[in-house]
Amino acid sequence: MEITCPTPYNEFDKIVLAHGSGGRLSERLIHDIIIRELGDTYINSAHDGAVLDIPGKLAFTTDSFVVTPVFFPGGDIGHLAVNGTINDLVCCGAKPLYLSLSLIIEEGLLISELASVITSVANAARRTGIKIVTGDTKVVERGKADKIFINTTGVGSIPEGRIISPQRCTEGDVIIITGTIADHGISILSTREGLSFESPISSDCAPMNEIAELIFSITNDIHVIRDPTRGGVASALNEISHASGKGIMINEADLPLNPMVKGACEVMGFDPLYLANEGKLLVFLPGKYADDMVSAIRSHPYGRQAVIIGKVIGGEPVVKMKTLVGSTRIVEMITGEQLPRIC
Amino acid sequence: MKYIDEYRDPDLVRKLAVKIAGSIKRKWSIMEICGGQTHAIMKYNLPELLPPEITLIHGPGCPVCVTPLEKIDKALVLASSEGTILASFGDMMRVPGSSSDLLKAKAEGADVRIVYSPLDALKIAISNPDRNVVFFAIGFETTAPANALALIQAARLELTNFFLLSSHVLVPPAIHTILSSDDTLIDGLLAPGHVCTVTGYGDYIDLANKFNLPISVTGFEPIDILHGILTTVQMLESGLHEVKNCYSRSVNSKGNLHALKAMYDAFEVCDRQWRGIGLIPGSGLAIRDKYSAFDAEKHFPINNMISKEPEICIAGEVLRGISRPSDCPAFGISCTPEHPLGAPMVSSEGACAAYYHYKLLH
Repeated sequence: MEITCPTPYNEFDKIVLAHGSGGRLSERLIHDIIIRELGDTYINSAHDGAVLDIPGKLAFTTDSFVVTPVFFPGGDIGHLAVNGTINDLVCCGAKPLYLSLSLIIEEGLLISELASVITSVANAARRTGIKIVTGDTKVVERGKADKIFINTTGVGSIPEGRIISPQRCTEGDVIIITGTIADHGISILSTREGLSFESPISSDCAPMNEIAELIFSITNDIHVIRDPTRGGVASALNEISHASGKGIMINEADLPLNPMVKGACEVMGFDPLYLANEGKLLVFLPGKYADDMVSAIRSHPYGRQAVIIGKVIGGEPVVKMKTLVGSTRIVEMITGEQLPRIC
Repeated sequence: MKYIDEYRDPDLVRKLAVKIAGSIKRKWSIMEICGGQTHAIMKYNLPELLPPEITLIHGPGCPVCVTPLEKIDKALVLASSEGTILASFGDMMRVPGSSSDLLKAKAEGADVRIVYSPLDALKIAISNPDRNVVFFAIGFETTAPANALALIQAARLELTNFFLLSSHVLVPPAIHTILSSDDTLIDGLLAPGHVCTVTGYGDYIDLANKFNLPISVTGFEPIDILHGILTTVQMLESGLHEVKNCYSRSVNSKGNLHALKAMYDAFEVCDRQWRGIGLIPGSGLAIRDKYSAFDAEKHFPINNMISKEPEICIAGEVLRGISRPSDCPAFGISCTPEHPLGAPMVSSEGACAAYYHYKLLH
């Protein structure tokens, strides 16, 4: 069930510094807005930290979210903070279990906006069954943050038989992407720059845990899983190539692109290979499983456009691409931020 | 995507490449003038598809690369001034000035905003009436008309807080200078399709006649570029020195008269310094006197600056097509996109950055 956002009564409509003072206002903010919104996704141990009983091998990851704008088509910073950390756990082969939630809030943030973000956190957590077990809230002066920053740390358990790591990238591996690239990057950039298209381009922000379980239902013999977030597919492939010492060849014609995203990239002069994704996985696996794997991923709503984009080859640890016109070139790591071109 | 995918069709690309190889009998050096063409040539690694007899020389048509150091230093001073907002196109942000760049200035507290259009800069001025807004107006004939419209609109609105730091440049005089030099290697030219969309191609007929070389007005997709190369090779092999329009879906002989009218209403031709090349007579556009109230260089005290290029950088030779980026001792060593010494390493249209990002495989 998706819960809506009933903003509770509060005498302040905006966050003030006193909300972070540790006193009564802090307590009311934490209980009336945060804990109430989190509902059943929050396990309150009324303790300084969470005490967890987890058997077996663990995955442990942390990420901070500072996205501008906080709300964008297809999601907000709350969804992103939960799904981003879940996806990092998934890339370790883990089943996500527990999450911490730390908020750094800028003085002046509308309490209704905070409530919306926390509702998104709760909805995203509920969608995947992950539990929020500890957290922290700080308020900083206006200008010291940009509305709200969120850090989440996640813990997951890795079932027997799964060994996922970039070093396992092996010559002959086939590379699958679970869907269209660059959707999140273009959604954020076009919202930030006030560029409008025929209809808004939605972020692909989504949890990848169900797709991961579909993947492991075919075989545990998966070598690498990576979510191509900042720096996009090009940077993720380069990192894997460098970590494993293997060359990678992708085929430009096979890269799935939403036509609107493609159009936006043409207009703004961006290369979709370098733009962020928040609901996609790159999967490296032995070629013999490739067709079954693509079919399995496509059976999930978040994986309908899964496709093979390339393979691991011998030679130097560089990423090469067969271009649309049949030539071959090297795909480099991104340098700094992509900047829009003048013409 | 319509009007894009057709011009990236691999079958047609192959056919054109075969036709070029079949037409060529001698070695020829062809310069693509525009940085957008250089970018596409590298992005699709077109040299791999061309016969070895063709050498592509990368021209000076990257507006970011040729903006003189002195203007960047002026932009840095303005950006760091109290009460001023500097608005700029994105790819100017990393271009090195004498001691800093706009990204670093922003990190140090300067209010620098990336805009997609000069009209966005105008909007910033309207919504910040208590601050001075300077738009860093660079570019060729492609960008100048839009910058002119911003100026005309600012005058119409009687804004007193909007200024242009103008560094507009014109293509034909620069090509004239390059072709006039003794060390030129150029046999034929691909003229810049977007510039010709605005200006028409009359000036290029004069260049073809004066220097006895063929020119193809060329677009920016792989098919466009190969079409331009094929046409140029065919003219070279048959000894023709004409201008042929290979970008007729965008270019006509007269250009865009409305754009030209706005451009020459706001600006007049002036001599202009080109980074790496030097002073080229009649190669720039200056703000006309009637709009001088909007001229940042007349309004702010920024005119006594001395700027000096790093000695090791051979950007000038690269921009004139005499040297390749990889000939530079600093290329990829002390000069990289993270730490550029010269402007061609910054913009994705710059020849050095294009070489670096799309390293050819051989």
